[in-house]
Amino acid sequence: MSRAEKKRTLIAYSFLAPNFLGFAIFTLVPVVCAIALSFFEWNGGDISRLKFVGFDNYATIFNVKKVSQNGLAYFFNRVDLGISLKNTIFYTLITVPLTIVCALALALLLNKIRGAVAYRTIFFFPYVASMVAICVCWSFMLMKDGPINQFIQAIGIPFNKSWTADSAMAIWAIILVSVWRNMGYYMVIYLAALQGVPRELLEAATVDGAGKWKQFIHVTLPQLRPTTFFVSIMMIISCFKIYDVVAIMTDGGPGRSTKMLVTYIYDEAFVKIRYGQASAISMILLVIVLVITIIQFRSEKKFSSD
Amino acid sequence: MEQTLHQKEIRRDNPVARKILHIVIYIVLTALALFTLIPFVWMLSSSLKLDREVFAYPMKWIPETIRWENYALIWQKVPLLTYFKNTAFIAIVVTFLQTLTSSFAAYAFAKLEFRGRDTLFLCYIATIAVPWQAYMLPQFIMMRSMGLYDTLWAMVVLQAFSAFGVFLMRQFYRSIPTELCEAARLDGLSEYGIWARIMLPLSKAAIATLVIFTFVSTWNDYMGPMIYLTRDANKTIQVGLRRFIQENSSDYHLIMAASLCSLLPVSIVFLCLQKYFIEGIATSGLKG
Repeated sequence: MSRAEKKRTLIAYSFLAPNFLGFAIFTLVPVVCAIALSFFEWNGGDISRLKFVGFDNYATIFNVKKVSQNGLAYFFNRVDLGISLKNTIFYTLITVPLTIVCALALALLLNKIRGAVAYRTIFFFPYVASMVAICVCWSFMLMKDGPINQFIQAIGIPFNKSWTADSAMAIWAIILVSVWRNMGYYMVIYLAALQGVPRELLEAATVDGAGKWKQFIHVTLPQLRPTTFFVSIMMIISCFKIYDVVAIMTDGGPGRSTKMLVTYIYDEAFVKIRYGQASAISMILLVIVLVITIIQFRSEKKFSSD
Repeated sequence: MEQTLHQKEIRRDNPVARKILHIVIYIVLTALALFTLIPFVWMLSSSLKLDREVFAYPMKWIPETIRWENYALIWQKVPLLTYFKNTAFIAIVVTFLQTLTSSFAAYAFAKLEFRGRDTLFLCYIATIAVPWQAYMLPQFIMMRSMGLYDTLWAMVVLQAFSAFGVFLMRQFYRSIPTELCEAARLDGLSEYGIWARIMLPLSKAAIATLVIFTFVSTWNDYMGPMIYLTRDANKTIQVGLRRFIQENSSDYHLIMAASLCSLLPVSIVFLCLQKYFIEGIATSGLKG
């Protein structure tokens, strides 16, 4: 390396150092440790009690013995991992399309309208409001005698239980809060994408006699495809990481009806202090998220080469 | 054929029809906006009632007697002020450190040539994809062994060096022409000088975006403080509020008053800087 090159590299490193040191110690090292820890048994306490157990933690969380006897249904109905996977996937499958529909509808209504900024601020506001405050407010509103039940009884639906205390309704309470909170965020992304729909295409469709609805189906929606894909991927990932809403509103209950992947990790790690098993569940989460990210990378290449 | 086309155009340009359409859109939007705001209005209304009035039937939006004293009461029930101070400390220090170190590192990634640059940057990007929940446990064990458990500094180092900040700033710096830096180098400015006098002033918008993203997400963070902060003197407003709810679970009116207070600081920051927040999302589409 020449002297000038050496000096340049040193200067570059001095720019990187403050951030990189913090990043390496508090992010990179733990990421590597997380993978390793999933092959050990450790229930807290002194580090000398760390014991290598191979794939035992994975065998335990999948409950391999019982599942191989009783089949997959047993896994999804009785095993903690199966239940939390099932709940998380159900939550994701409902929340993502609902949020997309709401976000897109809001964006279409707001597109090219006077006073849009004021409405935009209102729809976006739940996203910045802190979780504890909004979740406790929603749980109160969804209580037995709360305003929501008063309203649905007034329109003739005889439901008079607390949503978060009912094992069938609890997950819907969480979905409701999630959609309400996030729709404004994705609306902003859609609003930006709508600016990119070429005017000429819309005008051409009008000249061809297409009404507003046909224009939307045949021009706007196809033009928004990359955005919808991107938004879906982001949302799926964040749905798999759901914790706050559940922890505050239902704490995984009643029973295990709203137990999610991260709620399960938290319980094993910080309540039951089973570090090895908690890390094994973390790896499941990691693999799921990485697979989705890889799909996104691949498809983005496809979109850009199209 | 020509005639029908003409008629269609007339129909579409009909000012009355257009006006009606606009009015309908505004009505729908206003209804949706009200629906979005209902929880906040209900929060305010309940916070000014007596506890037994909160779930009275039929529900009243405006309480019979408005009880502002609820807002005085909450400060005596829990050390809310301590919670606020702790949260403000964490949010401000994290935001400052994050913005400073990110823009510093981003300059190297965007404008300097050195060996291993692309590999290192790939490392940063890859960890953005790794969910924090997957490595929070080893991180916790490590921090505890460093003696950071139950300290505010744990929350600071946890969030101050995120890869997201570096990524956001690098993307922005890459849009600034490299010729500008080269010209400054010829004029004898050092790399630090270029960063301070050229890059920083040019990246005000990106910095504003990063500041508000970091501030809001740190202020609202729940899981981090939940794991790390146990002593009351160290709690943030989020976990403090949670404690208040658990200990006074039937004081609905006071819980709502405290919740509303916890929303205020971040709402003010948002309303002041919302332009940068929303533009930042629209251009980067990334989550903090």
